[in-house]
Formats: sequence, structure tokens, C-alpha cells
Amino acid sequence: MATKILTEHIDVPGIETFDVYRQQGGYTAVEKALKTMTPDEIVEEVKKAGVRGRGGAGFPMGMKWSFLAKPEGVPRYLVCNADESEPGTFKDHHLMKNLPHLLIEGMIISSFALGANKSFIYVRGELMYVIRILEKAIAEAKAKGFLGKNILGSGYDLELVVQPGGGAYICGEETALLESLEGKRGNPRNKPPFPAVKGLYQCPTVVNNVESIATTSWIVNNGGDAYAAIGIGRSTGTKLISASGHMRKPGVYEIELGLPVEDFIYADEWCGGIRPGHKFKALVAGGSSVPILPANLALTLANGEKRLMSYESLSDGGFATGTMLGSGGFILFDETSCIVRNTWNFSRFYHHESCGQCSPCREGTGWMEKVLHRIEHGHGHQQDIDLLVDVSKKIEGNTICPLGDAAVWPVASAIRHFRDEFQWHIDHPTEATQPGAVYRGEMALV
Amino acid sequence: MTTESTIQFTPERLAEATEIIARYPEGKQKSALLPLLHLMQEQEGWTSPEGMDYIARMLDIQPIEVYEVATFYTMYHVQPVGKHVIEYCRTGPCCLMGGEDVLGHLKQRLGIDTGQTTVDGQFTLKEVECLAACGMGPVFQVREKYYMHLTNDRVDEIIDELSK
Repeated sequence: MATKILTEHIDVPGIETFDVYRQQGGYTAVEKALKTMTPDEIVEEVKKAGVRGRGGAGFPMGMKWSFLAKPEGVPRYLVCNADESEPGTFKDHHLMKNLPHLLIEGMIISSFALGANKSFIYVRGELMYVIRILEKAIAEAKAKGFLGKNILGSGYDLELVVQPGGGAYICGEETALLESLEGKRGNPRNKPPFPAVKGLYQCPTVVNNVESIATTSWIVNNGGDAYAAIGIGRSTGTKLISASGHMRKPGVYEIELGLPVEDFIYADEWCGGIRPGHKFKALVAGGSSVPILPANLALTLANGEKRLMSYESLSDGGFATGTMLGSGGFILFDETSCIVRNTWNFSRFYHHESCGQCSPCREGTGWMEKVLHRIEHGHGHQQDIDLLVDVSKKIEGNTICPLGDAAVWPVASAIRHFRDEFQWHIDHPTEATQPGAVYRGEMALV
Repeated sequence: MTTESTIQFTPERLAEATEIIARYPEGKQKSALLPLLHLMQEQEGWTSPEGMDYIARMLDIQPIEVYEVATFYTMYHVQPVGKHVIEYCRTGPCCLMGGEDVLGHLKQRLGIDTGQTTVDGQFTLKEVECLAACGMGPVFQVREKYYMHLTNDRVDEIIDELSK
């Protein structure tokens, strides 16, 4: 049985209520933290745990915490990024809906560690029903003395606010999120200064993902070393993976980092294999923005070893032969999937969601979408593939925030690994636009 | 130019709005803008110019500050909409699960295209980007409710149910 740090009690009936969560050992970490530990000791345990940001960037959480400026007389803020909007990713949705108190407990511990007395959970506005669940859970925790003034008699005060977003993917970028939380358009800020120095209301702020914050209860209860003993190398602990696409059992799974990709796809405990009667064609391992891999490269490294579900193994070989763990949005494609159509779909997403602040992203994402649309719809030009590569190079690295890069990687990687399929669309426009037509050329299906 | 407002929050919503504004530090009441726009939309069905001007006065900010926010975020309806707004996920993982075919059926059933409202004012159809329910696709949302694992038959059932 695989180790479960976050989801061990997720199936217990009534776990979304304070009482049941408490019966399962909930809020013991808050008691331990507030009664027996100093904020610095908690930061130290999180550092030892080596937990890396679960929103996608993978930056070590303890290090992020230690960057927080602490000027006298200035409030500090903790903001939980629950804007989860990356196509293929739905694990924070799953976690908050089923285990609201796990997030709240993590928020209390993290806020105490950072010296924040007011913290925010910024939830994407689409999840209004989840916002109601969180608000109810916060009211319960407050009634039991775990939030508000003088928590458990420790002298520590914390107010927790749930903030609904307005439906913009860009608000998952931490500075755009802060702008949005200040009641503005979600335009990312230039950095530096980083939020750790000037964040919400120009005060020192830490922004962490839901899943990252949720790990802190276990770390406080069991110690950072115990957390670091799970997983593999610098990919410590467990990770929630959102599995969607052509597998037998889509869903959210908590895995120990280091599990072979092959096992995750084929074992009954997880995805249960490709849907019956079909073959594995391609994989997006970490949400729509990460590079797509053909089946053979998804399962094995260039040196023939098995590829693992870890930050390092998934990125092995750089973008030539690797990808990223990202947010853990695991999208599987079988042989019925048209890579060109999917790439156009993702490209449409990034064009729609660009905030429009930087020209390369605002114009470039639309340009890429148009070119992909015409290839997919049988009007491609011979030079279009090179044009896409050229445009993508002009966007990548030239924008304030990483949305430009996120828009480029699915396109660049699809062309890198599936160029024949794009060429086939251009060369056989009539055939390619038949309903359900998919390129069946030389391709390693597994 | 601000319009004379005929729209205001009901007493219950006004109490809620006051509570929301009080959540933020002194002088940072603009942070309440997104939650108040949601509250206005819940009450009026959309965020009308009059409603936005009312919120601007309530937060002591310029009306343009409200308009620029309301038009940036896709969840705010700055045009009148039908009684039920169907927000249909058009993104990759839902499409892999047959989302495009089901959307075609839904359009046919309602007799409208994306962005339109049925003649009887019952339904508005919007296509939206990822709803974070990718493993349960195809999916659409009506107000606060998610409808998942959609098929043509299931779509018919839901429309029948909402039409009652």
C-alpha cells in the first residue's frame, strides 16, 4: 500500500466536518505547532522536508518561506493559491471539496510560522460551491477556537478569508493573483520586487499552492526528516496526480514520488491501463503547458531506463527528450487522438487566457492559434510549421510572466515529436479534415 | 459618467456586502470588488452598468475601476443573459472524452449557438476554458452546480429538469 500523506482519510464519511476530521487526528498538528514549537522551528522542519511547490513551478517551499522580509510594524500575509486552472489539473479542487479542514489546518500552521495574522485563500470563482464548503469549515474551526483571537490560548490571532476569483487562468500566476486580490485586473507584476518583499498591499507575502500548504500538518506531526524519507532524491514526499484522458480510471491519485510512469499508467491501483482495445500514443505529464511526449519517451529515458514520476526523471534530457512534473496534470492520449487538433485546442486556451499586457504573448498566442486552426482545418501552407516554430521562439522568454512560455511549450513539443502529423495535415487536407481522421503514419504506439 | 442607480442590494445582500468589505484592512476595501460583483450578479443575473456604478460608490472608487475589472474576468456577464447560463468546458481533456460531440448535441437541443440566448429567455450558452474537472469530462456548469460525465442523453435530462 502506497504512503498517503494527504488523502489517507479522504473516504471517511463526514470527513468534511470538523468533528470527523478531528476524530481522525485532525488539528493535532495545530496544537503541537502552537503549543510546543516556535515559528522558526516550523520553517526549519518544512525546509528539512524538502517539499517543493505543488502548483507547478516546484520551488522549495521552505526556501520561499525563508525569503520573507520581516520589517518591524509591517503586516505579513500568507495567500493560498487555489486558482487551479491549468487544463488537465483538478487535484486542488478534489482536495478542497473533500478535505477542507486539511487546508485550513495547513493555513493555520503556515500562517503561524510566517507571522501572518490575516491570510487569504484565493479560489477560482468557478468553484463557488467549494468556496461555500471552505467558508462553512472556517466557521466550524473558529467556533472550536482554532481560528480567531488567541487560538488555543497561545496568544496567536489569525483571521482566514476566502476570496473568489473571476475566472482568469492568469490569476494562478502569483503576482497576478495578488493584483486580483487587490480588486484589479489580473495583470502580472514585474519582478523584482518579489512578493516576499512587496506582495499583497505592498507588504511581505508568501503565496503557496493548496497542496503545498496541506502538507504542513503531516510535516509538523511527523517531522521534516520523515517527509524527506518518502519519495526519491530531491523529489521528496507524495504528489497528487490528476489523471484524465484515455485511461480506464481517470481520477485524482496520491502517489509517492519516484513511482515509474509505466506503473502509474498500467497498475490497477492507479489509472488501470489504456482504455480497452486501444494503444498508448502520447502523454502530457504535468498539465497542458508542459511539453507533450510520445508514448515511448514517456515510459523510458533516452538511456533506456524507466522514467519515473519525479521532478528530475520527467525532465531528464531537457525539452529534447523530457518534460516536467508541473502541477501533476496527467493527460493520456490513445491512437484515436489527433495531436494537431489537441495542440490547436491548447493554443486556443492560451490565446483566450493571455492577459494582453505583453505584446509577444497577446499577439503571438493568437497568431499561433490561427496558424494551427488553418492546418487543422485543411488550409495549411507548406511553410506553416516553420512559421509556428519561429513565432514560438519570439514569445518564449520575452514576457513578464511565464504564460508566454506555457503557450509555446505544447506547440513546440508537438512539432518536435509529431512533425509528420502536422505535415500530413498540410499535405492531405481533404483526408485530414474527415470526421475522426487521425494520422496513422510511422509512430511508436505502446 | 455614472448613472443614477435604480439598482441596489437587497437588505440581506447589503448586510453580506458590508461583512465582505470589513474583511480587508483599513483603506483596502477595493479588494471587495470581485466578491461584490459576484454578489450583484447573483442578485440581478448580470453586472449591469447601474449595478457597477452602485458598487463603485459603495467602495468609494471610480466607476471605470469597476468596469475594467468586470470586463477582464470571464465570469461576469456584462450583457443580460438567460435564466440559466450554461458554461460549457471546451478545453482539451473534456474534448478527449467526446466534449465536442456533446456540445454539438446541446446546441441542437437548445437551437442556439455559443454566446446566444434561447428565444424564451431560459438558456444562455457560453463556452468556457477548463473547469478543473478534467477526469470527469465532458462537463458544464450552471450557476454553482457542476454537471459531469455528460452524454447526449444526460444533456437532454438536465435541460428537461432545468426547463421545469
